[in-house]
Amino acid sequence: MRASLALHLGLVAVLFALNFVLPAYAHGNIARVMTLAVYAIGYNIAFGYTGLLSLGHAMFFAAGMYGAGLLLRFTDAGAVAAFGVALACGAGLALVTGLLALRTAGVSFMIVTLMFSQACALAILYFAEYTRGDEGFVIAAASRVVAGHDLGDAQVRYLAAWALFSAAFLFSLWLVNRPMGKVLVAIRENEPRARLLGYDTFRLKLGALVISGMVSAASGAGYGLFFGYAGASFAGVQYSIFPLLWVLLGGAGTVIGPFLGTLFMFYLIDLSSGITDAYMLIAGVALIGLTLFAPQGIAGELRRRAWRGLP
Amino acid sequence: MSPILETRGLSRSFHGLRAVHDVDFALEAGEIRALIGPNGAGKTTFVSMLIGRLAADAGQVIFEGRDITALPDHRRVALGMAYTFQITSVFSRLTAAENVALAARRRLGGDRAAVAREVATALERTGLAGQGEVAAEDLSYGHQRLLEIAMGLAQHPRLLILDEPTQGLAETEIAAFKALVRDLAGQTTILLIEHNMAVVMELAHRITVLNFGEVLAEGTPAAIRADRAVQEAYLGTEAAHG
Repeated sequence: MRASLALHLGLVAVLFALNFVLPAYAHGNIARVMTLAVYAIGYNIAFGYTGLLSLGHAMFFAAGMYGAGLLLRFTDAGAVAAFGVALACGAGLALVTGLLALRTAGVSFMIVTLMFSQACALAILYFAEYTRGDEGFVIAAASRVVAGHDLGDAQVRYLAAWALFSAAFLFSLWLVNRPMGKVLVAIRENEPRARLLGYDTFRLKLGALVISGMVSAASGAGYGLFFGYAGASFAGVQYSIFPLLWVLLGGAGTVIGPFLGTLFMFYLIDLSSGITDAYMLIAGVALIGLTLFAPQGIAGELRRRAWRGLP
Repeated sequence: MSPILETRGLSRSFHGLRAVHDVDFALEAGEIRALIGPNGAGKTTFVSMLIGRLAADAGQVIFEGRDITALPDHRRVALGMAYTFQITSVFSRLTAAENVALAARRRLGGDRAAVAREVATALERTGLAGQGEVAAEDLSYGHQRLLEIAMGLAQHPRLLILDEPTQGLAETEIAAFKALVRDLAGQTTILLIEHNMAVVMELAHRITVLNFGEVLAEGTPAAIRADRAVQEAYLGTEAAHG
């Protein structure tokens, strides 16, 4: 327990310190990785801990991005209010989706979430009058200001991304140590048994999905606010697959896994694209290798070999 | 005294086959009741309807005076019923202690100390003390059966349904199990589905015999042993097989 707290707080501290030492390019990259890792953390709560394999999480990411972006585009509510609205959009959408999709399980759940997400992506294109469809829209620099600090500034952006990441990261550590987090694992492992211990598994899965959708929306809103753009591609199937990949690579059902997976995948593509145009080939081979030799992901492998109590 | 659990006309068919038919059954609070019958007599179907894993086609289930026929399984468990599976169904990748903790936590919530105490007690009583940190899948089959019982105990149910608890246990473990059930009598009502006649005759206050989905006989162990119909339907065939 103490060692795990030290590990997770240690990562938060290291990421904070990196703000002052990283060269500009890596500095920007890590800010992006931290923001996207929040998305992976959200996904991991549903998939890694509760066993809900969703193929539609892009709708929650996009709900946050467009919830915040559209509000700033058409009102002068300010970045903080926009962020709050984004969280509500993600949670609300997850609640509605969950009430329907959680009546199914397994493959059906994958299909239903995929369909919901496609409907959201199409809605973004359909309402092009407001969303500018495929092109997306720039979120004005003037509206991306928090308490006088400009989120477009590299330093401010890094620290804001760090704060968002730290909050989501420590929240998920807290959650999985709560009784609720333990029951989510029980549902993942053996849902009928969990029900026969008296747990209302439908309600708990719905709760997990709402939390997951809200955290994913926080990432989407952060991405929009930090990098100043909202686009329909973020609602596409690809962005539903990404968090699944990140979580699988980093270690599903571990708190630190989503960050490791996001970081690994980001640099895998970044480095291999520096070597060849066919960078997806290198990325693909690396992914296959990891799936073969570390099927539990990086942190999952660490837990299996060395650190059984890793949350 | 009013019964803790009652069924009225409880029935269930599978593809036209009457697995359980029109069963009226009453269980007094505090008693140890054994439910016996040949394979396929409908025992597991019957208790599955009691706990809510299966919906009844007809009839009612009444627990502590309340009609629970329409309640889902988790609500029935929350009301004070517990069920241990015939086919072991533990959380195999979690430790034995975490399995029991999950059973205790619904009642005790976030009180870590109380949960830890409950886990230690339940493991101790089932003879699993010292195995707490072992993953459930690494326990022997017999120990997994005992873990099921420990999970039942940790819930402090008012009615504990044990579905073939001694199946796969060694002789010494069966002896320990009998002592445990005797110890529980008075604290909780126990419905025991059991094939091991020695265990049934020794533990049960009363025995209900199911045959072809209907109640064939009900009475004290001595009366059941002397019952001609039961001998023919059940004990007779058992004896013939050796």
